[in-house]
Amino acid sequence: MNAWPMLGVLVIVVGFLLRFNAVLVVVAGGVVSGLLAGFDVPHLLAMIGDAFVSSRALLMVILTLPAIGVLERCGLREHAARWIAAMRGMSLPRLLISYLGLRQILSMLGMTNVAGHPQTVRPMLAPMSEAAHERDQGRPSSEDEAKKVRALAAATDNIGLFFGEDVFIALGAVLLIQGFYANNGIELAPLSIALWALPTAIAAFVIHALRIVIWRRRLQKEALGGDRD
Amino acid sequence: MIGIDFAIDLTALFLLVSALLNFRDRQWRNGSFWLLLSALFFGGDAVLAAKAHGVLWPQELAGVGVVVLALLAPGVGKRYPSLPPQAQRQASAHRLGHKLFGPALLIPAITVLVTLIGGHLHLGGETLFDPKRKTLIGLALACIIAAVAAVRAGRQRPATMATEGRRLLDTLGWAALLPMTLAALGVVLNQSGVGQDIAQAAAWIIPTQSLLACVLAYGVGMAVFTVVMGNAFAAFPVLTAGIGLPLLVHQHGASPAIIGSLGMLCGYCGTLLTPMAANFNVVPVRLLELDDNWAVIRAQWPTAVVLLAFNLVALYVLA
Repeated sequence: MNAWPMLGVLVIVVGFLLRFNAVLVVVAGGVVSGLLAGFDVPHLLAMIGDAFVSSRALLMVILTLPAIGVLERCGLREHAARWIAAMRGMSLPRLLISYLGLRQILSMLGMTNVAGHPQTVRPMLAPMSEAAHERDQGRPSSEDEAKKVRALAAATDNIGLFFGEDVFIALGAVLLIQGFYANNGIELAPLSIALWALPTAIAAFVIHALRIVIWRRRLQKEALGGDRD
Repeated sequence: MIGIDFAIDLTALFLLVSALLNFRDRQWRNGSFWLLLSALFFGGDAVLAAKAHGVLWPQELAGVGVVVLALLAPGVGKRYPSLPPQAQRQASAHRLGHKLFGPALLIPAITVLVTLIGGHLHLGGETLFDPKRKTLIGLALACIIAAVAAVRAGRQRPATMATEGRRLLDTLGWAALLPMTLAALGVVLNQSGVGQDIAQAAAWIIPTQSLLACVLAYGVGMAVFTVVMGNAFAAFPVLTAGIGLPLLVHQHGASPAIIGSLGMLCGYCGTLLTPMAANFNVVPVRLLELDDNWAVIRAQWPTAVVLLAFNLVALYVLA
Protein backbone atom coordinates (compact mmCIF):
# COMPACT_ATOMS: atom_id res chain seq x y z
CA MET A 1 0.00 0.00 0.00
CA ASN A 2 1.44 3.34 -1.11
CA ALA A 3 0.18 5.99 1.30
CA TRP A 4 2.15 8.89 -0.21
CA PRO A 5 -0.61 10.05 -2.63
CA MET A 6 -2.55 11.01 0.50
CA LEU A 7 -0.28 14.05 0.73
CA GLY A 8 -2.20 15.47 -2.22
CA VAL A 9 -5.31 15.56 -0.06
CA LEU A 10 -3.29 17.30 2.65
CA VAL A 11 -2.15 19.93 0.11
CA ILE A 12 -5.81 20.63 -0.66
CA VAL A 13 -6.92 20.87 2.97
CA VAL A 14 -4.03 23.20 3.90
CA GLY A 15 -4.50 25.22 0.70
CA PHE A 16 -8.18 25.79 1.43
CA LEU A 17 -7.53 26.70 5.06
CA LEU A 18 -4.85 29.21 4.02
CA ARG A 19 -7.34 30.60 1.48
CA PHE A 20 -5.23 30.22 -1.61
CA ASN A 21 -7.15 30.30 -4.88
CA ALA A 22 -9.31 27.17 -4.89
CA VAL A 23 -8.69 26.21 -8.54
CA LEU A 24 -4.94 26.45 -8.06
CA VAL A 25 -5.13 24.41 -4.84
CA VAL A 26 -7.17 21.64 -6.46
CA VAL A 27 -4.94 21.30 -9.50
CA ALA A 28 -1.83 21.38 -7.29
CA GLY A 29 -3.32 18.66 -5.08
CA GLY A 30 -4.04 16.50 -8.11
CA VAL A 31 -0.51 16.94 -9.47
CA VAL A 32 1.06 16.10 -6.08
CA SER A 33 -1.11 12.99 -5.64
CA GLY A 34 -0.43 11.82 -9.17
CA LEU A 35 3.35 12.28 -8.96
CA LEU A 36 3.54 10.54 -5.57
CA ALA A 37 1.50 7.66 -6.98
CA GLY A 38 4.33 7.22 -9.48
CA PHE A 39 2.66 8.41 -12.68
CA ASP A 40 5.09 10.05 -15.12
CA VAL A 41 4.38 13.65 -16.12
CA PRO A 42 2.94 13.10 -19.63
CA HIS A 43 0.66 10.34 -18.32
CA LEU A 44 -0.53 12.55 -15.46
CA LEU A 45 -1.19 15.51 -17.77
CA ALA A 46 -3.12 13.24 -20.13
CA MET A 47 -5.19 11.96 -17.22
CA ILE A 48 -6.04 15.50 -16.07
CA GLY A 49 -6.74 16.71 -19.60
CA ASP A 50 -8.97 13.76 -20.41
CA ALA A 51 -10.98 14.05 -17.17
CA PHE A 52 -11.38 17.81 -17.63
CA VAL A 53 -12.59 17.55 -21.20
CA SER A 54 -14.93 14.67 -20.33
CA SER A 55 -16.64 16.76 -17.65
CA ARG A 56 -17.46 19.76 -19.85
CA ALA A 57 -21.17 19.28 -19.18
CA LEU A 58 -20.59 20.63 -15.66
CA LEU A 59 -20.01 24.15 -17.00
CA MET A 60 -23.15 24.32 -19.11
CA VAL A 61 -25.07 26.06 -16.39
CA ILE A 62 -23.30 29.27 -17.50
CA LEU A 63 -25.56 29.24 -20.56
CA THR A 64 -28.27 30.74 -18.35
CA LEU A 65 -26.14 33.85 -17.73
CA PRO A 66 -27.01 35.91 -20.87
CA ALA A 67 -30.76 35.69 -20.24
CA ILE A 68 -30.42 36.35 -16.51
CA GLY A 69 -27.99 39.21 -17.16
CA VAL A 70 -30.33 40.98 -19.57
CA LEU A 71 -33.22 40.62 -17.11
CA GLU A 72 -31.09 42.03 -14.28
CA ARG A 73 -30.26 45.00 -16.44
CA CYS A 74 -33.99 45.55 -16.90
CA GLY A 75 -34.59 45.46 -13.13
CA LEU A 76 -35.55 41.82 -12.40
CA ARG A 77 -34.00 41.87 -8.94
CA GLU A 78 -35.60 45.21 -8.07
CA HIS A 79 -38.99 43.95 -9.20
CA ALA A 80 -38.69 40.67 -7.28
CA ALA A 81 -37.78 42.57 -4.12
CA ARG A 82 -40.63 45.07 -4.45
CA TRP A 83 -43.16 42.36 -5.23
CA ILE A 84 -42.30 40.48 -2.03
CA ALA A 85 -42.17 43.65 0.08
CA ALA A 86 -45.72 44.48 -1.00
CA MET A 87 -47.08 41.01 -0.28
CA ARG A 88 -49.28 40.81 2.79
CA GLY A 89 -48.23 38.40 5.53
CA MET A 90 -44.87 37.66 3.91
CA SER A 91 -41.81 37.21 6.10
CA LEU A 92 -38.34 35.81 5.58
CA PRO A 93 -39.10 32.46 7.29
CA ARG A 94 -42.30 32.03 5.29
CA LEU A 95 -40.55 32.83 2.04
CA LEU A 96 -37.59 30.53 2.61
CA ILE A 97 -39.60 27.66 4.09
CA SER A 98 -42.04 27.76 1.14
CA TYR A 99 -39.09 27.75 -1.25
CA LEU A 100 -37.49 24.85 0.63
CA GLY A 101 -40.66 22.76 0.41
CA LEU A 102 -41.23 23.59 -3.25
CA ARG A 103 -37.62 22.84 -4.18
CA GLN A 104 -37.77 19.48 -2.37
CA ILE A 105 -41.01 18.46 -4.06
CA LEU A 106 -39.80 19.49 -7.53
CA SER A 107 -36.55 17.57 -7.00
CA MET A 108 -38.50 14.51 -5.84
CA LEU A 109 -40.34 14.66 -9.16
CA GLY A 110 -37.02 14.76 -10.98
CA MET A 111 -37.09 18.47 -11.85
CA THR A 112 -33.71 19.35 -10.38
CA ASN A 113 -32.75 21.82 -13.11
CA VAL A 114 -35.82 23.97 -12.55
CA ALA A 115 -34.02 26.03 -9.93
CA GLY A 116 -30.45 26.73 -8.97
CA HIS A 117 -28.01 29.43 -7.95
CA PRO A 118 -27.73 31.20 -11.31
CA GLN A 119 -31.31 30.59 -12.46
CA THR A 120 -33.37 31.36 -9.36
CA VAL A 121 -31.28 32.27 -6.32
CA ARG A 122 -29.28 35.21 -7.65
CA PRO A 123 -32.00 36.87 -9.76
CA MET A 124 -35.03 36.13 -7.57
CA LEU A 125 -34.73 34.34 -4.24
CA ALA A 126 -31.84 36.45 -2.93
CA PRO A 127 -33.42 39.89 -3.56
CA MET A 128 -36.80 38.57 -2.35
CA SER A 129 -35.17 37.33 0.86
CA GLU A 130 -33.43 40.64 1.43
CA ALA A 131 -36.71 42.52 0.90
CA ALA A 132 -38.65 40.17 3.20
CA HIS A 133 -35.97 40.52 5.86
CA GLU A 134 -35.99 44.31 5.70
CA ARG A 135 -39.75 44.24 6.05
CA ASP A 136 -39.51 41.92 9.06
CA GLN A 137 -36.99 44.22 10.71
CA GLY A 138 -38.77 47.41 9.68
CA ARG A 139 -35.46 49.00 8.72
CA PRO A 140 -32.84 48.66 5.98
CA SER A 141 -30.29 45.90 6.56
CA SER A 142 -26.61 46.55 6.95
CA GLU A 143 -24.45 45.15 4.14
CA ASP A 144 -23.18 42.46 6.50
CA GLU A 145 -26.71 41.39 7.44
CA ALA A 146 -27.81 41.37 3.79
CA LYS A 147 -24.93 39.03 2.99
CA LYS A 148 -26.01 36.66 5.74
CA VAL A 149 -29.54 36.64 4.36
CA ARG A 150 -28.27 35.87 0.86
CA ALA A 151 -26.06 33.06 2.17
CA LEU A 152 -29.06 31.57 3.98
CA ALA A 153 -31.07 31.71 0.75
CA ALA A 154 -28.28 29.83 -1.08
CA ALA A 155 -28.08 27.25 1.72
CA THR A 156 -31.84 26.74 1.53
CA ASP A 157 -31.61 26.01 -2.19
CA ASN A 158 -28.85 23.43 -1.61
CA ILE A 159 -30.73 21.63 1.15
CA GLY A 160 -33.96 21.57 -0.86
CA LEU A 161 -32.15 20.09 -3.85
CA PHE A 162 -30.09 17.46 -2.01
CA PHE A 163 -32.82 16.08 0.18
CA GLY A 164 -35.38 15.86 -2.59
CA GLU A 165 -33.38 14.45 -5.45
CA ASP A 166 -32.60 11.02 -4.09
CA VAL A 167 -36.25 10.26 -3.49
CA PHE A 168 -36.62 10.35 -7.27
CA ILE A 169 -36.13 6.88 -8.73
CA ALA A 170 -34.61 7.77 -12.09
CA LEU A 171 -31.86 10.11 -10.89
CA GLY A 172 -28.16 9.68 -10.34
CA ALA A 173 -28.11 8.73 -6.67
CA VAL A 174 -30.66 5.91 -6.76
CA LEU A 175 -29.29 4.52 -10.03
CA LEU A 176 -25.75 4.62 -8.69
CA ILE A 177 -26.76 2.69 -5.57
CA GLN A 178 -28.68 0.16 -7.64
CA GLY A 179 -25.82 -0.22 -10.09
CA PHE A 180 -23.29 -0.70 -7.30
CA TYR A 181 -25.31 -3.49 -5.70
CA ALA A 182 -26.01 -5.11 -9.09
CA ASN A 183 -22.24 -5.33 -9.64
CA ASN A 184 -22.01 -7.08 -6.29
CA GLY A 185 -24.74 -9.59 -7.05
CA ILE A 186 -27.60 -7.95 -5.12
CA GLU A 187 -30.66 -6.99 -7.19
CA LEU A 188 -32.77 -4.14 -5.77
CA ALA A 189 -35.77 -2.27 -7.16
CA PRO A 190 -35.10 1.50 -7.45
CA LEU A 191 -38.29 2.23 -5.53
CA SER A 192 -37.13 0.28 -2.48
CA ILE A 193 -33.99 2.45 -2.35
CA ALA A 194 -35.79 5.72 -2.99
CA LEU A 195 -38.40 5.16 -0.28
CA TRP A 196 -35.72 4.94 2.43
CA ALA A 197 -34.65 8.47 1.55
CA LEU A 198 -38.07 9.81 2.47
CA PRO A 199 -37.62 9.98 6.30
CA THR A 200 -34.41 11.98 5.86
CA ALA A 201 -36.15 14.29 3.39
CA ILE A 202 -38.83 15.06 5.98
CA ALA A 203 -36.23 15.48 8.73
CA ALA A 204 -34.23 17.86 6.50
CA PHE A 205 -37.32 20.01 5.95
CA VAL A 206 -38.18 20.17 9.66
CA ILE A 207 -34.61 20.82 10.82
CA HIS A 208 -33.87 23.52 8.30
CA ALA A 209 -37.27 25.21 8.72
CA LEU A 210 -36.69 25.36 12.48
CA ARG A 211 -33.23 26.78 11.91
CA ILE A 212 -34.60 29.56 9.71
CA VAL A 213 -37.11 30.52 12.41
CA ILE A 214 -34.47 30.40 15.15
CA TRP A 215 -32.05 32.39 12.97
CA ARG A 216 -34.57 35.21 12.69
CA ARG A 217 -35.45 35.15 16.39
CA ARG A 218 -31.81 35.49 17.32
CA LEU A 219 -31.34 38.37 14.93
CA GLN A 220 -34.39 40.13 16.34
CA LYS A 221 -33.09 39.69 19.90
CA GLU A 222 -29.73 41.10 18.87
CA ALA A 223 -31.50 44.05 17.28
CA LEU A 224 -33.54 44.67 20.47
CA GLY A 225 -30.40 44.41 22.57
CA GLY A 226 -28.72 46.85 20.21
CA ASP A 227 -31.58 49.35 20.60
CA ARG A 228 -31.23 49.39 24.37
CA ASP A 229 -27.59 50.39 24.28
CA MET B 1 -30.34 14.69 -34.51
CA ILE B 2 -29.42 17.48 -32.12
CA GLY B 3 -26.77 16.06 -29.80
CA ILE B 4 -24.78 17.25 -26.83
CA ASP B 5 -22.19 18.88 -29.14
CA PHE B 6 -24.75 21.60 -29.81
CA ALA B 7 -24.78 22.56 -26.13
CA ILE B 8 -21.00 22.27 -25.83
CA ASP B 9 -20.35 24.42 -28.90
CA LEU B 10 -22.82 27.01 -27.64
CA THR B 11 -20.97 27.16 -24.30
CA ALA B 12 -17.66 27.46 -26.16
CA LEU B 13 -19.05 30.29 -28.27
CA PHE B 14 -20.26 32.16 -25.19
CA LEU B 15 -16.79 31.77 -23.62
CA LEU B 16 -15.14 33.03 -26.82
CA VAL B 17 -17.36 36.12 -27.03
CA SER B 18 -16.71 36.88 -23.35
CA ALA B 19 -12.98 36.55 -23.97
CA LEU B 20 -13.11 39.00 -26.87
CA LEU B 21 -15.16 41.52 -24.87
CA ASN B 22 -12.56 41.30 -22.10
CA PHE B 23 -9.71 41.87 -24.58
CA ARG B 24 -11.56 44.92 -25.89
CA ASP B 25 -11.57 46.30 -22.35
CA ARG B 26 -7.90 45.41 -21.91
CA GLN B 27 -8.69 42.82 -19.26
CA TRP B 28 -5.92 40.54 -20.45
CA ARG B 29 -6.02 38.01 -17.63
CA ASN B 30 -9.80 37.47 -17.78
CA GLY B 31 -9.65 37.39 -21.57
CA SER B 32 -6.88 34.78 -21.78
CA PHE B 33 -8.61 32.63 -19.18
CA TRP B 34 -11.92 32.49 -21.07
CA LEU B 35 -10.15 32.13 -24.43
CA LEU B 36 -8.17 29.10 -23.27
CA LEU B 37 -11.27 27.56 -21.69
CA SER B 38 -13.19 28.15 -24.92
CA ALA B 39 -10.43 26.36 -26.87
CA LEU B 40 -10.66 23.36 -24.51
CA PHE B 41 -14.42 23.28 -25.10
CA PHE B 42 -14.18 23.51 -28.89
CA GLY B 43 -11.28 21.05 -29.05
CA GLY B 44 -12.57 18.61 -26.44
CA ASP B 45 -14.23 16.25 -28.90
CA ALA B 46 -11.09 16.09 -31.03
CA VAL B 47 -9.12 15.21 -27.90
CA LEU B 48 -11.48 12.38 -27.01
CA ALA B 49 -11.57 11.15 -30.63
CA ALA B 50 -7.77 11.10 -30.81
CA LYS B 51 -7.63 9.08 -27.59
CA ALA B 52 -10.01 6.53 -29.11
CA HIS B 53 -7.46 6.11 -31.91
CA GLY B 54 -4.61 5.76 -29.47
CA VAL B 55 -3.15 9.23 -30.09
CA LEU B 56 -2.31 10.65 -26.69
CA TRP B 57 -0.59 14.00 -27.25
CA PRO B 58 -3.86 16.02 -27.56
CA GLN B 59 -4.83 14.79 -24.08
CA GLU B 60 -1.45 15.82 -22.72
CA LEU B 61 -1.84 19.22 -24.35
CA ALA B 62 -5.29 19.57 -22.75
CA GLY B 63 -3.66 18.73 -19.40
CA VAL B 64 -1.13 21.51 -19.96
CA GLY B 65 -4.08 23.79 -20.74
CA VAL B 66 -5.71 22.92 -17.40
CA VAL B 67 -2.48 23.69 -15.52
CA VAL B 68 -2.17 27.05 -17.32
CA LEU B 69 -5.81 27.83 -16.48
CA ALA B 70 -5.07 27.09 -12.82
CA LEU B 71 -2.07 29.45 -12.90
CA LEU B 72 -4.22 32.19 -14.48
CA ALA B 73 -7.13 31.58 -12.07
CA PRO B 74 -6.16 33.84 -9.12
CA GLY B 75 -7.49 37.25 -9.98
CA VAL B 76 -9.92 36.18 -12.70
CA GLY B 77 -13.20 37.89 -11.90
CA LYS B 78 -11.72 40.49 -9.55
CA ARG B 79 -13.05 43.17 -11.85
CA TYR B 80 -16.31 43.00 -13.73
CA PRO B 81 -18.52 45.57 -15.48
CA SER B 82 -21.28 47.14 -13.39
CA LEU B 83 -25.00 47.41 -14.04
CA PRO B 84 -26.76 50.64 -15.01
CA PRO B 85 -27.57 52.80 -11.95
CA GLN B 86 -30.14 51.60 -9.41
CA ALA B 87 -32.62 54.38 -10.28
CA GLN B 88 -32.67 53.36 -13.94
CA ARG B 89 -33.26 49.71 -13.01
CA GLN B 90 -36.03 50.70 -10.58
CA ALA B 91 -37.76 52.65 -13.33
CA SER B 92 -37.42 49.76 -15.75
CA ALA B 93 -38.72 47.34 -13.11
CA HIS B 94 -41.71 49.61 -12.55
CA ARG B 95 -42.47 49.79 -16.26
CA LEU B 96 -42.07 46.07 -17.01
CA GLY B 97 -43.39 44.50 -13.77
CA HIS B 98 -44.23 40.82 -13.94
CA LYS B 99 -43.15 40.69 -17.60
CA LEU B 100 -39.63 40.27 -16.20
CA PHE B 101 -40.48 36.92 -14.64
CA GLY B 102 -41.61 35.46 -17.97
CA PRO B 103 -38.22 34.88 -19.63
CA ALA B 104 -36.70 33.73 -16.30
CA LEU B 105 -39.41 31.08 -15.99
CA LEU B 106 -38.96 30.04 -19.62
CA ILE B 107 -35.61 28.45 -18.73
CA PRO B 108 -37.04 25.78 -16.39
CA ALA B 109 -40.25 25.42 -18.41
CA ILE B 110 -38.51 24.63 -21.69
CA THR B 111 -35.88 22.45 -20.02
CA VAL B 112 -38.58 20.32 -18.41
CA LEU B 113 -40.60 20.22 -21.64
CA VAL B 114 -37.65 18.95 -23.68
CA THR B 115 -36.77 16.46 -20.94
CA LEU B 116 -40.30 15.08 -20.88
CA ILE B 117 -41.20 14.94 -24.57
CA GLY B 118 -37.83 15.46 -26.31
CA GLY B 119 -37.29 11.73 -26.68
CA HIS B 120 -40.52 11.32 -28.60
CA LEU B 121 -40.04 14.03 -31.24
CA HIS B 122 -39.03 12.83 -34.67
CA LEU B 123 -37.86 14.65 -37.75
CA GLY B 124 -37.27 12.90 -41.05
CA GLY B 125 -37.30 9.46 -39.46
CA GLU B 126 -34.80 10.08 -36.65
CA THR B 127 -35.25 11.42 -33.14
CA LEU B 128 -34.86 15.18 -32.90
CA PHE B 129 -32.89 15.20 -29.63
CA ASP B 130 -30.31 12.75 -28.38
CA PRO B 131 -32.47 10.93 -25.80
CA LYS B 132 -29.55 10.32 -23.40
CA ARG B 133 -28.57 13.99 -23.06
CA LYS B 134 -31.93 15.64 -23.60
CA THR B 135 -31.89 17.55 -20.27
CA LEU B 136 -28.70 19.43 -21.16
CA ILE B 137 -29.80 19.98 -24.76
CA GLY B 138 -33.10 21.26 -23.39
CA LEU B 139 -31.23 23.61 -21.06
CA ALA B 140 -29.15 25.01 -23.93
CA LEU B 141 -32.22 25.52 -26.09
CA ALA B 142 -34.12 27.09 -23.18
CA CYS B 143 -31.27 29.54 -22.55
CA ILE B 144 -31.28 30.77 -26.15
CA ILE B 145 -35.05 31.24 -26.21
CA ALA B 146 -35.08 32.91 -22.78
CA ALA B 147 -32.27 35.30 -23.76
CA VAL B 148 -34.15 36.36 -26.91
CA ALA B 149 -37.37 36.72 -24.91
CA ALA B 150 -35.56 38.84 -22.31
CA VAL B 151 -34.15 41.16 -24.97
CA ARG B 152 -37.59 41.58 -26.50
CA ALA B 153 -39.41 42.08 -23.20
CA GLY B 154 -36.92 44.72 -22.07
CA ARG B 155 -36.57 46.34 -25.51
CA GLN B 156 -32.79 45.93 -25.33
CA ARG B 157 -30.29 45.69 -28.16
CA PRO B 158 -29.45 42.03 -29.03
CA ALA B 159 -25.81 42.74 -28.18
CA THR B 160 -26.78 43.03 -24.49
CA MET B 161 -27.07 39.23 -24.44
CA ALA B 162 -23.30 39.12 -24.94
CA THR B 163 -22.36 42.05 -22.71
CA GLU B 164 -24.64 41.06 -19.82
CA GLY B 165 -23.69 37.39 -20.09
CA ARG B 166 -20.05 38.41 -19.96
CA ARG B 167 -20.71 40.61 -16.92
CA LEU B 168 -22.12 37.64 -14.98
CA LEU B 169 -19.42 35.28 -16.24
CA ASP B 170 -16.75 37.69 -14.99
CA THR B 171 -18.64 37.94 -11.68
CA LEU B 172 -18.41 34.18 -11.40
CA GLY B 173 -14.73 34.31 -12.36
CA TRP B 174 -12.45 31.40 -11.50
CA ALA B 175 -15.23 29.67 -9.52
CA ALA B 176 -16.77 28.62 -12.85
CA LEU B 177 -13.82 26.33 -13.39
CA LEU B 178 -13.80 24.67 -9.98
CA PRO B 179 -16.36 21.89 -10.64
CA MET B 180 -14.41 20.67 -13.66
CA THR B 181 -11.02 20.75 -11.96
CA LEU B 182 -12.54 18.83 -9.04
CA ALA B 183 -13.79 16.19 -11.46
CA ALA B 184 -10.25 15.86 -12.79
CA LEU B 185 -8.88 15.64 -9.25
CA GLY B 186 -11.38 12.87 -8.45
CA VAL B 187 -10.05 10.82 -11.37
CA VAL B 188 -6.42 11.29 -10.28
CA LEU B 189 -7.20 10.36 -6.65
CA ASN B 190 -9.11 7.31 -7.81
CA GLN B 191 -6.28 6.15 -10.03
CA SER B 192 -3.81 6.72 -7.20
CA GLY B 193 -5.90 4.41 -5.02
CA VAL B 194 -6.21 6.92 -2.18
CA GLY B 195 -9.83 6.02 -1.40
CA GLN B 196 -9.33 2.26 -1.22
CA ASP B 197 -6.36 2.70 1.11
CA ILE B 198 -8.37 4.71 3.62
CA ALA B 199 -11.37 2.38 3.50
CA GLN B 200 -9.13 -0.65 4.04
CA ALA B 201 -7.37 1.01 6.93
CA ALA B 202 -10.71 1.96 8.50
CA ALA B 203 -12.12 -1.56 8.09
CA TRP B 204 -8.96 -2.90 9.73
CA ILE B 205 -9.12 -0.57 12.74
CA ILE B 206 -12.79 -0.67 13.76
CA PRO B 207 -14.13 -3.38 16.09
CA THR B 208 -16.23 -5.23 13.53
CA GLN B 209 -18.34 -7.15 16.05
CA SER B 210 -19.99 -3.94 17.23
CA LEU B 211 -22.89 -2.82 15.03
CA LEU B 212 -22.62 0.68 16.48
CA ALA B 213 -18.95 0.97 15.55
CA CYS B 214 -19.67 -0.22 12.00
CA VAL B 215 -22.59 2.18 11.60
CA LEU B 216 -20.48 5.09 12.84
CA ALA B 217 -17.53 4.14 10.63
CA TYR B 218 -19.76 3.87 7.57
CA GLY B 219 -21.99 6.94 8.13
CA VAL B 220 -19.32 9.31 9.40
CA GLY B 221 -16.90 7.85 6.86
CA MET B 222 -19.31 8.71 4.04
CA ALA B 223 -19.62 12.29 5.32
CA VAL B 224 -15.85 12.77 5.82
CA PHE B 225 -14.99 11.16 2.48
CA THR B 226 -17.48 13.40 0.75
CA VAL B 227 -15.94 16.43 2.45
CA VAL B 228 -12.55 15.42 1.02
CA MET B 229 -13.73 14.36 -2.45
CA GLY B 230 -16.46 17.01 -2.74
CA ASN B 231 -18.92 14.47 -4.06
CA ALA B 232 -20.98 11.75 -2.37
CA PHE B 233 -21.07 9.77 -5.62
CA ALA B 234 -17.28 9.36 -5.48
CA ALA B 235 -17.35 8.32 -1.83
CA PHE B 236 -20.21 5.83 -2.09
CA PRO B 237 -18.61 2.93 -4.01
CA VAL B 238 -15.40 3.15 -1.98
CA LEU B 239 -17.04 3.17 1.45
CA THR B 240 -19.81 0.73 0.63
CA ALA B 241 -17.37 -1.76 -0.87
CA GLY B 242 -14.98 -1.26 2.07
CA ILE B 243 -17.36 -1.12 5.04
CA GLY B 244 -21.07 -1.09 4.11
CA LEU B 245 -21.27 -4.32 2.15
CA PRO B 246 -18.81 -6.63 3.98
CA LEU B 247 -19.49 -5.48 7.54
CA LEU B 248 -23.03 -4.09 7.70
CA VAL B 249 -24.82 -6.14 5.06
CA HIS B 250 -22.96 -9.44 5.16
CA GLN B 251 -21.80 -9.64 8.76
CA HIS B 252 -24.60 -7.80 10.59
CA GLY B 253 -27.37 -8.71 8.13
CA ALA B 254 -28.54 -5.16 7.43
CA SER B 255 -30.86 -4.40 4.51
CA PRO B 256 -28.81 -3.28 1.48
CA ALA B 257 -31.51 -0.81 0.39
CA ILE B 258 -31.37 1.00 3.74
CA ILE B 259 -27.57 0.96 3.88
CA GLY B 260 -27.35 2.33 0.34
CA SER B 261 -29.95 5.03 0.71
CA LEU B 262 -28.98 6.32 4.16
CA GLY B 263 -25.28 5.98 3.41
CA MET B 264 -25.66 8.22 0.39
CA LEU B 265 -27.63 10.72 2.49
CA CYS B 266 -24.83 10.81 5.08
CA GLY B 267 -22.61 11.73 2.14
CA TYR B 268 -24.98 14.54 1.16
CA CYS B 269 -24.59 15.99 4.66
CA GLY B 270 -20.86 16.06 3.93
CA THR B 271 -21.53 17.88 0.66
CA LEU B 272 -23.08 20.72 2.64
CA LEU B 273 -19.85 21.13 4.63
CA THR B 274 -17.13 21.32 2.00
CA PRO B 275 -15.75 23.95 -0.36
CA MET B 276 -14.84 20.99 -2.58
CA ALA B 277 -18.52 20.82 -3.57
CA ALA B 278 -17.87 23.96 -5.55
CA ASN B 279 -21.08 24.13 -7.56
CA PHE B 280 -23.14 24.34 -4.41
CA ASN B 281 -20.91 26.07 -1.89
CA VAL B 282 -18.43 28.27 -3.77
CA VAL B 283 -20.22 29.27 -6.98
CA PRO B 284 -23.07 30.96 -5.03
CA VAL B 285 -20.51 32.87 -2.93
CA ARG B 286 -19.28 34.49 -6.13
CA LEU B 287 -22.75 34.85 -7.68
CA LEU B 288 -24.22 36.51 -4.57
CA GLU B 289 -21.10 38.62 -3.99
CA LEU B 290 -20.56 37.33 -0.46
CA ASP B 291 -16.73 37.81 -0.29
CA ASP B 292 -16.18 35.02 2.23
CA ASN B 293 -15.68 31.60 0.60
CA TRP B 294 -17.16 29.91 3.66
CA ALA B 295 -20.32 32.06 3.90
CA VAL B 296 -22.73 29.49 2.45
CA ILE B 297 -21.19 26.63 4.43
CA ARG B 298 -21.49 28.74 7.56
CA ALA B 299 -25.22 29.15 6.85
CA GLN B 300 -25.84 25.43 6.38
CA TRP B 301 -23.48 23.51 8.68
CA PRO B 302 -25.85 23.25 11.67
CA THR B 303 -28.53 21.69 9.44
CA ALA B 304 -25.95 19.28 8.04
CA VAL B 305 -24.66 18.18 11.43
CA VAL B 306 -28.10 17.62 12.99
CA LEU B 307 -29.24 15.77 9.88
CA LEU B 308 -26.15 13.57 9.91
CA ALA B 309 -26.96 12.63 13.51
CA PHE B 310 -30.50 11.80 12.41
CA ASN B 311 -29.18 9.59 9.61
CA LEU B 312 -26.81 7.76 11.96
CA VAL B 313 -29.60 7.03 14.42
CA ALA B 314 -31.83 5.88 11.55
CA LEU B 315 -29.05 3.63 10.23
CA TYR B 316 -28.53 2.07 13.66
CA VAL B 317 -32.23 1.56 14.40
CA LEU B 318 -33.32 0.38 10.93
CA ALA B 319 -30.26 -1.68 10.12
